[in-house]
Amino acid sequence: MQFDVRLFALYRERAGSSVVTVDVPEDATVGVLSDAVRAMHPRLAPPEVRIVVAVNAEYADDDQALNPGDEVCLIPPVSGGR
Amino acid sequence: MIILTDEPLDPVAVTDSVRKDGNGAVVTFLGTTRDNFGGKAVTRLEYEAYDVMAIRKLEEVRDSLCADYGIEDIAIAHRTGRVDVGHVSLVVAVASPHRVEAFEACHEAVNRIKTVVPIWKKEWFADGSRWVACEDHEFADETEHHHAHGERHAAAVGDD
Repeated sequence: MQFDVRLFALYRERAGSSVVTVDVPEDATVGVLSDAVRAMHPRLAPPEVRIVVAVNAEYADDDQALNPGDEVCLIPPVSGGR
Repeated sequence: MIILTDEPLDPVAVTDSVRKDGNGAVVTFLGTTRDNFGGKAVTRLEYEAYDVMAIRKLEEVRDSLCADYGIEDIAIAHRTGRVDVGHVSLVVAVASPHRVEAFEACHEAVNRIKTVVPIWKKEWFADGSRWVACEDHEFADETEHHHAHGERHAAAVGDD
């Protein structure tokens, strides 16, 4: 399955693009997809940091299955403040 | 009322949208661009949003807090794009029959917005920029800034 993964903010800048196209196996999960993106862009985040993923505009766990046509986005930590 | 826009926000209009004669208290929070961070002058902020999901999450924040605090309505407006020093980037307005619920719900709304809504903030300095939260807990390849605290970014909440 092929996905055009959307990147925002820090991830967009680090990848140098707002969209990254990845190919993953038919039974791929969210975790497999995010690993595939990281393999293409090793500087996206340090290895010990989990990248948060949204599927169809909802936060997704790494073991969630993907379906063709899903909108997948990588979500950097949000803005914070105190 | 849920608004996500790159236009200037109108706090009075957002506040008026939740006012009702049965409410004796209205609390409105304004998040504004602060002119400094860590001793450095901030020249402007820039907000980027995943629009569809941000609106969905803002609606969820509103709906869950209305249920939790027994409030009829909460209005939230968030700006995207460039926001200069002193300008408003976030408006949260809560009206309730009595003030305690309005204060608490407003505070909690801002906390949740900062935790779950996919909107990112970049601080611009005279000599560079940094994505807030994103870079606080990662390697400092594009910023010299580092937090020593052990909190997760998801727990960091508050002003703009």
